Amino acid sequence: MKPTSLPDNRQAVDFFAIVQNKIDTQQLLERTGSENAGANVLFVGTTRRLTGNLVTTYLEYECYEAMAIKEMRMLAEIAHSRWSDLRIAMVHRTGVVGVGEASVAVSVSSAHRKEAFAAAAWLIETLKQRVPIWKKEYWLDGSSEWIHPEMTEQEQPPRGQET
Amino acid sequence: MIIRVLFFAVAKDLCGISQVELALSEGATLADVKHQLSQQFPGIRELLPRCAFAVDQEYANDDYLIQAGCEVACIPPVSGG
Repeated sequence: MKPTSLPDNRQAVDFFAIVQNKIDTQQLLERTGSENAGANVLFVGTTRRLTGNLVTTYLEYECYEAMAIKEMRMLAEIAHSRWSDLRIAMVHRTGVVGVGEASVAVSVSSAHRKEAFAAAAWLIETLKQRVPIWKKEYWLDGSSEWIHPEMTEQEQPPRGQET
Repeated sequence: MIIRVLFFAVAKDLCGISQVELALSEGATLADVKHQLSQQFPGIRELLPRCAFAVDQEYANDDYLIQAGCEVACIPPVSGG
């Protein structure tokens, strides 16, 4: 091994998980941090109290776990092909998530902030479009409903393609 | 051949179960699976055109050739995040 070359272990450090308990965001930042990273971006999605006039008491998430992990891994591979020197961690919580608590976290590091911001934004947007996870809203009035964004057949994620 | 179909979220509620086994002829495609589901579960007929489908945990199109033992999933519009 040439003394000047660094091992390319980026795939090995990527991390994907579906968890039932509170997401440890600090641990995710530490996981993606490295001495080669000059930029660390952490996105945390949390349960919001208000949607228009409607008051949320909590959310409940369901997940097709085997596929969700596969999809997250594929998204990370695409991100590696588009931006250089990334380290990626993606975690989604399932079950009940109370107001103010995190349901999803994406942590990305890169040498520079431009790549880290762009990759993190693309990863969370694409996760929301493709990864098989669903949220159910429990409203203050006692009612509940699955949230299924309107989607035409043309808008559905095609197999194995980048969206 | 026998395959397993998984239902999630509103599809699970409408069908009243989280999975079902279907008997299909050799050469059946994903379109045949959807047709059979709409016969067996009239409650999800309106939802089906809005659902994506996956075979063995990968998104698949209607012409996908189904193999014995595979796992098909009915995926209503996702809302993670």
